[in-house]
Amino acid sequence: MGDDIIRSLAGYIATEILKNPQRVIRPDEKLISSGLIDSFHLVDLGLFVEERFGVRLDDSELNADTFDTLEQLAALVAARRA
Amino acid sequence: MTTFASVLAEHYCYAADRPAIYLQIAGQPDRVITYSDLVCGAAGFASLLEQQGIRAGEVVVIILQHGEPLVYAFWGAILHGAVPAILPPLTEKLLPARYRADLAALIRVTRPRAIVTYPRFAGEVAYAVRVAAEPATAIIEFAEPIMRAPDFGALGGLRRRSDDHVLLQHSSGSTGLQKGVALSHRAVFNQLDAYAPSIGLTHDDVIVSWLPLYHDMGLIASFVMPVLQRVPLVLMSPFDWVRAPARLMQAIARYRGTLTWLPNFAYNFCATRIRERELEGVDLSSLRAVINCSEPIYHSSHQRFVQRFRSCGLRPEALATCYAMAENTFAVTQSVIGAEVSRNEGGGIGHSGQVSSGRPLANVCIRILSEERRDLSEGEIGEIALRSNCMLSEYYHRPDATAQAFFEGFYLTGDLGYMLNGELYVTGRKKDLIIVGGKNIYPQDLEALASEVEGVHPGRVAAFGVFSEEAGTEEVVIVAEAESEDLSERARIAEAVRAYVTQNSDVAVRRVVMVDRHWLVKTSSGKVARGANKAKYLSEFLG
Repeated sequence: MGDDIIRSLAGYIATEILKNPQRVIRPDEKLISSGLIDSFHLVDLGLFVEERFGVRLDDSELNADTFDTLEQLAALVAARRA
Repeated sequence: MTTFASVLAEHYCYAADRPAIYLQIAGQPDRVITYSDLVCGAAGFASLLEQQGIRAGEVVVIILQHGEPLVYAFWGAILHGAVPAILPPLTEKLLPARYRADLAALIRVTRPRAIVTYPRFAGEVAYAVRVAAEPATAIIEFAEPIMRAPDFGALGGLRRRSDDHVLLQHSSGSTGLQKGVALSHRAVFNQLDAYAPSIGLTHDDVIVSWLPLYHDMGLIASFVMPVLQRVPLVLMSPFDWVRAPARLMQAIARYRGTLTWLPNFAYNFCATRIRERELEGVDLSSLRAVINCSEPIYHSSHQRFVQRFRSCGLRPEALATCYAMAENTFAVTQSVIGAEVSRNEGGGIGHSGQVSSGRPLANVCIRILSEERRDLSEGEIGEIALRSNCMLSEYYHRPDATAQAFFEGFYLTGDLGYMLNGELYVTGRKKDLIIVGGKNIYPQDLEALASEVEGVHPGRVAAFGVFSEEAGTEEVVIVAEAESEDLSERARIAEAVRAYVTQNSDVAVRRVVMVDRHWLVKTSSGKVARGANKAKYLSEFLG
């Protein structure tokens, strides 16, 4: 199930945020601290997670301390859904 | 003689218990700072400057995040008679080494007497001070406000003169940080005397802002002006706002906000990133003006904003525009509040459909100059030059840059535009400058960084902004000539360029395109021609 979440998040980030569907995002690749996702797109990611997985991320959680990789974000989503 | 400190002293005497700032921090109750608190917090900070032997007229750089210490450090420097300069703190995506290098360069030019920062960042600052070899720069750690009753007789701020520097404003990036705009007390008061009536500012107004204080729109319109003019200010962190833009609307509703300033992209951002449930019970009918300022203005952004927030009581006539720059303290022009913003209806002059930035303020004289610096007539596009009684005194410690900036007493803005029916229309920029979300970015900074990446042919790089209708602002594109022809290798280099430029400039790069050798167009003097390369990029890659 975790892999499905990661795939879905990776697809969204590559297509909608980076506008490059071919871009492969590794599960352990740094997303926020690397500047791959900038602050303007974090709120988009929060909206996507809420719509796709029915899980709310508080805006205080949209930072590299809470999650900085697909793995970490997927774990957060999975934990909230459980 | 009116100075910042004398006005603060007056408010302390006659308006001590009135709220000056409602400080919002995500996850915490709002903190009300009265004028008494403001002056006592400032006096407490001034005592730290006194202990360090800092004298009136010396520059104090402030690197603090949103919060009470930032407010008290700025006004404390003012009360002490020092000259504050607020700089952005290190962000999570910027490499500390690059931040240190830029800070060291600024220290070498500005030679501040002190740098104020939070304790966990003091090590970084100390390192930059060592790199800059300016041992006279003291580092002051400031995390906990010190409240102290002011002794106005002893505070150096009360002995400042109108023509003395009161503050420095910087723009971002390696280039911008080395040009500190020095403003006098007189210039700022002249700006407020002209600008406040143009927006009909009264004590009944409430200003709401998420803007950073290291930018003129945040510092002057949404911090200095309300505090000095005794207009309540609701101030939130830019970082809290960008993660939850609904906070702005909620704050306006809660405090019955009447005025807010936004860069163009924020209209799009608010219109598309706010959930319906976040607007439940939110009433925006108190807003007199939402003023679009600091980057090119688009009618489509205004339309999106009105469509989204009309049901919350937003009045379409509240949308207003302004043209501003730190070198004129802040505003140069302002549209009429409460009236529909003019648009160019065409008829062969300028660009049809373009949005007006309004009329020059009463104290501003505008000229539109040709390449040969000849005055152009109505509707002709040229460089915008201006003269007023609220211009910069100088670029601090940069007589070379100061001399270059003026022509016959007029400040050369580097922006292009035209006058029509007494109103200014800004069409573009003479200097290559990218504006993303209201932040000025010098393309040469990004090009220099991209050239440092292995696999990029050094010097064969062009950086420029491409307007995005969806985002309502420009997005950064870098085109670089690759040393390899292998496609997967090029993809790897492009990724390396994106990461390296972002981490060293704090600028999000939307797209990196690797091209063959000799793809880039050069000028006759051998420089990369940004405009020509942007046109070539648009036709080859987006055509």
